Amino acid sequence: MAKARVLIRPKEGILDPQGKAVERALPALGFEGVEHVRVGRMVELEAEDPAQLGELCEKLLANPLIEDYEIQQL
Amino acid sequence: MIWGVLQFPGSCDERDAVHAYRLAGGEARLVWHEERDLRGLDGVVVPGGFSYGDYLRAGAIARFSPAMEAVAAFAAAGGPVLGICNGFQVLCEAGLLPGALLRNAELRFRCHQVELIEEGTGARLSIPAKHGEGRYNAPNELLDQLEAKGQVAYRYADGHNSNGSARDIAGVTNERGNVLGLMPHPEHAVDPLTGSTDGLRVFERMSGILA
Repeated sequence: MAKARVLIRPKEGILDPQGKAVERALPALGFEGVEHVRVGRMVELEAEDPAQLGELCEKLLANPLIEDYEIQQL
Repeated sequence: MIWGVLQFPGSCDERDAVHAYRLAGGEARLVWHEERDLRGLDGVVVPGGFSYGDYLRAGAIARFSPAMEAVAAFAAAGGPVLGICNGFQVLCEAGLLPGALLRNAELRFRCHQVELIEEGTGARLSIPAKHGEGRYNAPNELLDQLEAKGQVAYRYADGHNSNGSARDIAGVTNERGNVLGLMPHPEHAVDPLTGSTDGLRVFERMSGILA
């Protein structure tokens, strides 16, 4: 089994209100100078055939219309 | 007409949709998500709720259910399909409708009465909306295309777009016009007791589409 990690994030240019909320909260805690926060999700999995991962991302893990994904083989 | 209203684990508005179709003069029955046989039905509703817990993305898991495979074939044959709220999200995820629904711009779950404008007629409908992920989004070129082809069915009236939807879009159809999805809930606006019967107009519109 091959271990992999898939990172999914909102596409560039799409408003990410979660990222904005985190970004606005940081100065209140004293963290200045942090910008362009984007919140996505991470999926860890083990696959018999890592060649399937691209199609699996396109069809289920990400919605290509609104999200980008990145597959990391571990 | 006999309508089938899908029922997923996590659906919550299917009974109101059945009730709405009965009030609109049709018959309706529930269709469990594991059913594949839609024979005998003249139309299908994909109802609101939180199918499969909305895990991953709203509607992402429901699209792979046996009933949704049957709905895709039903829609391809020209059968009328109405998706409400979570049902709209499911139809977008399934590729039966263009675009996607994202988290509301202000991150709040919004639950209130909204005013919709019906494209074409300009009719103004007062219908409740309740969702956390209702921000309609599509690339600009696709939005231009939808407008040019008359696929925008409903827009939020001025001051009623509380989720940040692109171009105030509240509902769209597929190119053929037999699949319609919208975020607000017409099935909750069918009885004078709850303040508005404008939702009936949406069900009557769908009943006007024959398979």
